[in-house]
Amino acid sequence: MDFLRPASWEEALAAKAEHPAAVPIAGGTDVMVEINFGHRRPDHLLDLNRIGELAEWESGADSVRLGASVPYAAIMENLRAELPGLALASHTVASPQIRNRGGVGGNLGTASPAGDAHPALLAAGAEVEAESAARGSRRIPIDDFYTGVKRNALAPDELIRAVHIKKADGPQQYSKVGTRNAMVIAVCAFGLALHPATRTVRTGIGSAAPTPVRAKTAEEFLNAALEEDGLWDNGETITPSVAQRFADLCAAACNPIDDVRGTAGYRRRAVGVMARRTLTWTWESYRGTRRTLKGAA
Amino acid sequence: MRVSLTVNGRPQEADDVWEGESLLYVLRERLGLPGSKNACEQGECGSCTVRLDGVPVCACLVAAGQAEGRDVVTVEGLADHARQRAEGGGTRGTGGSETGTPLRDAQRWKAEGGDSRTGEGTELSPIQQAFLEAGAVQCGFCTPGLLVMADELLERNPNPADADIREALCGNLCRCTGYEKIMDAVRLAASR
Amino acid sequence: MPTTGAPTKLTQGSQARGGIGASTLRPDGTLKVTGEFAFASDMWHEDMLWGQTLRSTVAHAEIVSIDTSQALATPGVYAVMTYDDLPTDVRTYGLEIQDTPVLAHGKVRHHGEPVALVAADHPETARRAAAKIDVEYRELPVITDEASALAPDAVLVHENRDDLPQGPPASDGPGGTPIAGHVPHPNIVHRQPIVRGDVEAARERADVIVEGEYTFGMQDQAFLGPESGLAVPEEDGGVHLYIATQWLHADLRQIAPVLGLPETKVRMTLAGVGGAFGGREDLSMQIHACLLALRTGKPVKIVYNRFESFFGHVHRHPAKLRYEHGATKDGKLTHMKCRIVLDGGAYASTSAAVVGNASSLSAGPYAVDAVDIEALALYTNNPPCGAMRGFGAVQACFAYEAQMDRLAQRLGLDPVEFRQLNAMEQGTLMPTGQPVDSPAPVAELLRRVKAMPMPPERDWESSEGADVRQLPGGLSNTTHGEGVVRGVGYAVGIKNVGFSEGFDDYSTARVRMEVIGGEPVATVHTAMAEVGQGGVTVHAQIARTELGVAQVTIHPADTRVGSAGSTSASRQTYVTGGAVKNACERVRERVLEIGRRKFGSYHPAWATAELLLEHGRVVTDGGEILADLADVLDDEVVEAEEEWRHRPTEPFDPHTGQGNGHVQYSFAAHRAVVDVDTELGLVKVVELACAQDVGKALNPLSVIGQIQGGTTQGLGIAVMEEIVVDPRTAKVRNPSFTDYLIPTILDTPPMPVDVLELADEHAPYGLRGVGEAPTLSSTPAVLAAIRDATGLELNRTPVRPEHLTGTG
Repeated sequence: MDFLRPASWEEALAAKAEHPAAVPIAGGTDVMVEINFGHRRPDHLLDLNRIGELAEWESGADSVRLGASVPYAAIMENLRAELPGLALASHTVASPQIRNRGGVGGNLGTASPAGDAHPALLAAGAEVEAESAARGSRRIPIDDFYTGVKRNALAPDELIRAVHIKKADGPQQYSKVGTRNAMVIAVCAFGLALHPATRTVRTGIGSAAPTPVRAKTAEEFLNAALEEDGLWDNGETITPSVAQRFADLCAAACNPIDDVRGTAGYRRRAVGVMARRTLTWTWESYRGTRRTLKGAA
Repeated sequence: MRVSLTVNGRPQEADDVWEGESLLYVLRERLGLPGSKNACEQGECGSCTVRLDGVPVCACLVAAGQAEGRDVVTVEGLADHARQRAEGGGTRGTGGSETGTPLRDAQRWKAEGGDSRTGEGTELSPIQQAFLEAGAVQCGFCTPGLLVMADELLERNPNPADADIREALCGNLCRCTGYEKIMDAVRLAASR
Repeated sequence: MPTTGAPTKLTQGSQARGGIGASTLRPDGTLKVTGEFAFASDMWHEDMLWGQTLRSTVAHAEIVSIDTSQALATPGVYAVMTYDDLPTDVRTYGLEIQDTPVLAHGKVRHHGEPVALVAADHPETARRAAAKIDVEYRELPVITDEASALAPDAVLVHENRDDLPQGPPASDGPGGTPIAGHVPHPNIVHRQPIVRGDVEAARERADVIVEGEYTFGMQDQAFLGPESGLAVPEEDGGVHLYIATQWLHADLRQIAPVLGLPETKVRMTLAGVGGAFGGREDLSMQIHACLLALRTGKPVKIVYNRFESFFGHVHRHPAKLRYEHGATKDGKLTHMKCRIVLDGGAYASTSAAVVGNASSLSAGPYAVDAVDIEALALYTNNPPCGAMRGFGAVQACFAYEAQMDRLAQRLGLDPVEFRQLNAMEQGTLMPTGQPVDSPAPVAELLRRVKAMPMPPERDWESSEGADVRQLPGGLSNTTHGEGVVRGVGYAVGIKNVGFSEGFDDYSTARVRMEVIGGEPVATVHTAMAEVGQGGVTVHAQIARTELGVAQVTIHPADTRVGSAGSTSASRQTYVTGGAVKNACERVRERVLEIGRRKFGSYHPAWATAELLLEHGRVVTDGGEILADLADVLDDEVVEAEEEWRHRPTEPFDPHTGQGNGHVQYSFAAHRAVVDVDTELGLVKVVELACAQDVGKALNPLSVIGQIQGGTTQGLGIAVMEEIVVDPRTAKVRNPSFTDYLIPTILDTPPMPVDVLELADEHAPYGLRGVGEAPTLSSTPAVLAAIRDATGLELNRTPVRPEHLTGTG
């Protein structure tokens, strides 16, 4: 095994071009487990820790460019306003020690359906900035990124440099079910973002299908229902029947399996409950914001 | 490969490191610092928690090569670390300090046969003393990781609420105590 | 000594002066908080090799062939060993039945069974070499439960059992195997019926009858320090093993014959033990490390990783329990019938003794005159099961306490009052006919735990909204109060203390007293395995109390002194503590003899008064100082080694289960308060209060630590812990801390403890074994609270979200 320690992004791309099977390692929270237990023996480990820019973020007008290695702890601490859904998701990741090391780039690279960041990225809307020495940089829409169980749209010579995540224009929520009150892998997870600017809602579901998915039918239903009743403008409550229909459609968007962490039936049910609750929380928050603004004006 | 790093304020080098080795293995098996423990090797128990450039991490999930040139504090250096903090000497980059375990000793600390030792009279950090007094130590295998984590919590938040303590320590499994005495110990250290 | 991390003497003097009853601090505590305490996995030796075990990837198969050539050819590999390389004809071991192969021969019987060993210069080299060993298996059908074990055409897990009782067979089993009456099938390890009273007549008197079927999942001890040890070959052809274990001498008895060495040439020293809870009663890597060390002539260290640890030790028996209770309408129990089927897995381990406990304690801490009980353990191809904290009593308690709640509900009685109506007392007869001859404050413990103040409701509400850390789901942010319902539940249990059923349960202690630096010092040397419980603390306290010294040195535990028995069955403070006390008394007698010889003529009290050793002096019971110990001893050294036994017990009758099988009983009661998210099926235990009778708290701080630790292990099996075995393949599905979950600090609630001290006059200082009882009642209390919150029946533990949401 060789340990490659590129000092710059360009060196990293060159190394990846030369050794397409090299395994990138940043926080190490996935890769080292596989190495410690002998499940993976790559010829080359490609250490990204020395590339300082990967741990940095920039907040632009519409989106945040989040370096691939920005640790979850930094997202929780610094990006709660811009990326509330991802900040909440970050808070559910494993333990404080893991949150100090792991970042979104690793979640995307591994592309496990149980990765905690995925539902938040899907709900907020994001693009993955991938780059290769040969073809330069490209942006992969998050909806096209996950291609199968632990598979993604990256080419073998590509590395993830950053994720561009839409800044929140409305309330976002994130919820995850595990059988322990901390340090637990998701049985399933749900992210929801209200986008008042476009009068849309977006969702993300984790661990309930071969890949992280959006509940698009549920989104369309809710978009139409909100529009029809003028709720974005009048700020009235969402009726229980609309909330329940949305929850049912989210549950229906799942394609879960039975495994040692939970049954398919439970996952469907839990996604529905989380969908209904997060909708209530975000919508009440949206109504509260509107009221506050009205009062202020 | 060779890995050079600073551990508990002392420059250290390890040779012939296999590229797949973790920082934990290097500390335990190559630098003679077995205080950090190997209970799960997958980041699920916190027993190997060390400070890496000041940040608490699981040493089992840091590739040895990633620690090159970095500053590590382990449980063995916790008392010095706490003392320097108390003296206002900063908490990072303590390399070159004349305190700490001398390199020669650190590489192979020995509990010499025949000597009696309970460590009475050993200088302890406030959190170490509190763990001892509160009964937070039973088998002691989780203790080093918990101490590093709890010390860092009190560094950030000298007066944590119970829920803050629980949140900060939720990555450290203990199988003996049921955590109540650990809560007591952190409260005790905070109150001092 | 070339070995780094070899245990040393621990001397406590200047900081800890307390005798029994004081919360003195651990003598090993400072080493443990500085990272200097050497656990078995911290041992290091120059030129040492790393051992690796190759384990079976299937549960039940014939081994067609093993090819080790590629592994042997790997650079850095010093040895590869299989069954064929074992040095003697003794190739199996076992605590009760010698049925466990050192390395698999011809057949593997469970997933993860050791097949071959490798020693190499780096753990990675050893791992890679082990992976190159080519084993060809021919798979066999798996036995996974009672139906498959006892089916007419069932494959026998052990085809040539030779442990069955001798004598004329009662009938012929499959394949003409002789069967003894109380082991009706070769796939049954052991069976214990207990019958007393006229159950049918009592049944007629019952106004209500409650029947229930209960399932108890397989729990792992999940001690944090994985199995590990270092074997160092010695010049005399022997070997020195530094090891984390629960019982050095039982290990020695099993190891030496396999190595072909006399026990004197196998030296055993206890290395630091990172928790045990029963999981280190059986051997794991002990023989393997010694074999590799003797084969290579080099020190060999073996350290299991967490994955391997799940295969490296036995687990708590999963169980199916069927109960019937009857009661009169005024709330008195009439009778109890039960059948408890424990899954012993592929090898016997301590299954027989677990059966003895499960049957004899199956009625719980209740007075019931008519019982018909049957408990048995199966041989299957599931992971082997054996000792874990609570040892058979845990499974029964879960079931009988559920029955108590259902009976109370049927009778319209308060569940605590109903239990109190039927609570046993001193003098009550056990189902075995044995009278309970020391205090049994069952009703009082229930009263105390009920009287504790309740935790506040909706504590998670704050001005800033809900604090999710205090709600079900915790940091995962699943509820802000929606769906959350509170429940309260109670339970009480009974556990035996010490080894039962006629076992010769003794401990040895060597105590020495001398003057060092002008101060009297006591040294205590036992082979007791300190696994975290605080036995070393207590030994120092006993020596201070009995010998009046401040300074006590605890000698490392090893086999240079006689056996201290097992650190299990809540017995160490009782039995080894008793031995230390006894040896101290002998030393005191001899010190006083010396005093009388030297100073008797100077003061008549030497001859007439009751003399004590206090504060480094000889004093009369009236407080008069006669001499300094330093002057009495001068340069004499007084040493005594004593064996000490608790009262003898007898075996249970194989057909009726009658007999005085137990030494002492231990009682604890719990009240659990839970918040359940009823829509998501997630549970937050809000508080787990405990009241326990400990006879006498030798070290109150340690006693509370034991109660809280035991309580938390009970919480774990209530809501999350279970080794999941695939019923089609008998393979373990979750051997990792990612998928075998134990409670974190966010899952564990405040645990107020009320300690009662009613002396047992038969025990040293009146003490009662503490460690296990809290593990029993914690689980059913949590289950009762969840039932209270949800109204669901919940006949299985652990409770999973699926069970609370009807999505299983």
